[in-house]
Amino acid sequence: MKTRTSLVAIAVALSLTAGCATRRNADQLPPDPPSESMPEEAGDGMGNEGIAGAALPGSRGDFLQSVGQYGDRILFDFDSYAVDDEDRRILDAQAAWLARYPAVRVTIEGHADERGTREYNLALGDRRANAARAYLESRGVAPGRMQVISWGKERPAVPESNESAWAQNRRAVTVVPQ
Amino acid sequence: MRISWIIAAAWSLALGAAAPAQTPPVEVQAPPPTQGGEDGQLVVDVTGGRRAALPIAVPHMPTPSAADTAAGNTQALGRQVAEIVANDLRNSGLFTPIGPSGLQPVSFPQVTAPDFAYFGTTGAQNLVQGFVQANGNGSLTVGCYLYDVAARTELTRQGYVVQPRDWRRAAHRCADTIFSRLTGEGGYFDTRIVYVSETGPARRRIKRLAIMDYDGANHRFLTNGQWTVLTPRFAPNQQTITFMTYQDERPRVMVYELDSGRTRPLVEQRHMTFAPRYSPDSRYIIFSMAVNGNTDIYRIPVGGGSPQRLTSAPGIDTGGSYSPDGRRIVFESDRGGSQQLYLMDADGSNQRRISFGGGGYATPVWSPRGDLIAFTKTGGFRIGVMAPDGSGERILTGGGYAEGPSWAPNGRAVMFTRGASAGQLWYVDVASGATRRVPTPLGGSDPAWSPLRD
Repeated sequence: MKTRTSLVAIAVALSLTAGCATRRNADQLPPDPPSESMPEEAGDGMGNEGIAGAALPGSRGDFLQSVGQYGDRILFDFDSYAVDDEDRRILDAQAAWLARYPAVRVTIEGHADERGTREYNLALGDRRANAARAYLESRGVAPGRMQVISWGKERPAVPESNESAWAQNRRAVTVVPQ
Repeated sequence: MRISWIIAAAWSLALGAAAPAQTPPVEVQAPPPTQGGEDGQLVVDVTGGRRAALPIAVPHMPTPSAADTAAGNTQALGRQVAEIVANDLRNSGLFTPIGPSGLQPVSFPQVTAPDFAYFGTTGAQNLVQGFVQANGNGSLTVGCYLYDVAARTELTRQGYVVQPRDWRRAAHRCADTIFSRLTGEGGYFDTRIVYVSETGPARRRIKRLAIMDYDGANHRFLTNGQWTVLTPRFAPNQQTITFMTYQDERPRVMVYELDSGRTRPLVEQRHMTFAPRYSPDSRYIIFSMAVNGNTDIYRIPVGGGSPQRLTSAPGIDTGGSYSPDGRRIVFESDRGGSQQLYLMDADGSNQRRISFGGGGYATPVWSPRGDLIAFTKTGGFRIGVMAPDGSGERILTGGGYAEGPSWAPNGRAVMFTRGASAGQLWYVDVASGATRRVPTPLGGSDPAWSPLRD
């Protein structure tokens, strides 16, 4: 949790300094739909790797630069979908970025660790994704911009069986299209 | 496929003839399953639990005349059929097969006149003999005979006429007949498994729907792996399979038609639908739908229609499973704070909790016999059973992660997923606790056992 606090601080700092990106041009192509296997890949690294500042405004890379590493996700306690203060700071940064790009639609993925049965975890992932969505909505993100999908325990971020892995797998990830 | 039951007299005649058997089999209606009452002497005690496995000799089966068929030469088939019968009986945990290898060869005339003196020396209490014969029309006949070695009597005989591609089924039917005669219960060897085949790294696991015989033979894939699939189930009438897919990134329940290979969504909703289960009459599917973080159980006709909501308590209600008479549904709910098992009437009324032990309970499945409900005990991830009133809880699996039970059609055995990541399919004999692994070409999870095949 301590490492995450420092990450949050960085994320907030980034979101504060990432200020004046330009709006997407109207004639730009709409974003591709998120692909099944990509979000985790993008989320675990910084996504759209490359020179800092080079990411297309409003893109996934821009989002991940803005919210910082792991700023695209909130983590949950075991069998819980409660959003705590730390989560709210992360979601606030996401909401701030989304406010700058009102045309961007996101998918919120809900995940569970492996210590639940498959079907229960699908429902639990749905709870977590909806908890993140409800908070983002309370911060002004239009509900129609947010789609939720639960992956249950089918897509672990860290494929190991220990406390650290489980903690990182209990998550709701906000995925911006590429 | 068609399996015919042969009248005993026809075979006495055929085997008594000097020339290779030519008598066409006479078809009679299948006799009712043996209830074990006729002579009052069941050889295997299936309720008492730990009785020693019964020694039963299964020699290779001869052929009246070696002939090449689409499934191979009848001589080779006779050996293979005996091996399958022996494997099936061994797999049940109730029998210790002797042979086929190492036993004295059986000639065709000996099929109906066993060398009881010899088999007595092997320690076998029972003896399975049979033959494989190629018929003029391209089909095969597999004869199957069960004897009591000490009493020197025949206990039962059956004949199966099959197309060559179904030769393994004839062997499984033979084993089912022996199992039924000696235990008084229905068999479960002529069955299939639909399950999720798994491969690749956990973060990008490829999951494909696959179907195979219960012993792993005749394996084939039903989906190509482009989309993650989960939790398939056989319709009791074996015409469709329901499962959950992430096709088009819209997680929802689908229905797969076994004959046509067509797949269609069960219900068109923008919310996630999952955990599908058939009603015993194959007319309905109950499933779960998650709406804004709340999950309830619904019922819908298999052909589609408007879903009827059965639960409404805040929380996660999922994993519904019908009683064999279709009048009640057991399901899991966390409405009381942890995952527990509940019963309700089929219309959703009269909901009440039945599990009260420590730890959580999930994925309940009602035995086809109605006497037990199998479940996953969360925390330790073990498979257990309890009576439908919640009493008599018993854990069936030892250490190691286990999840997702599915009953054999006779209610004797439960198949499940073992292993959290690299999953394997196993089943456990409920009475004896004997476990077996089902071979799969890749990893496997979410097995569902078919009914006995027609």
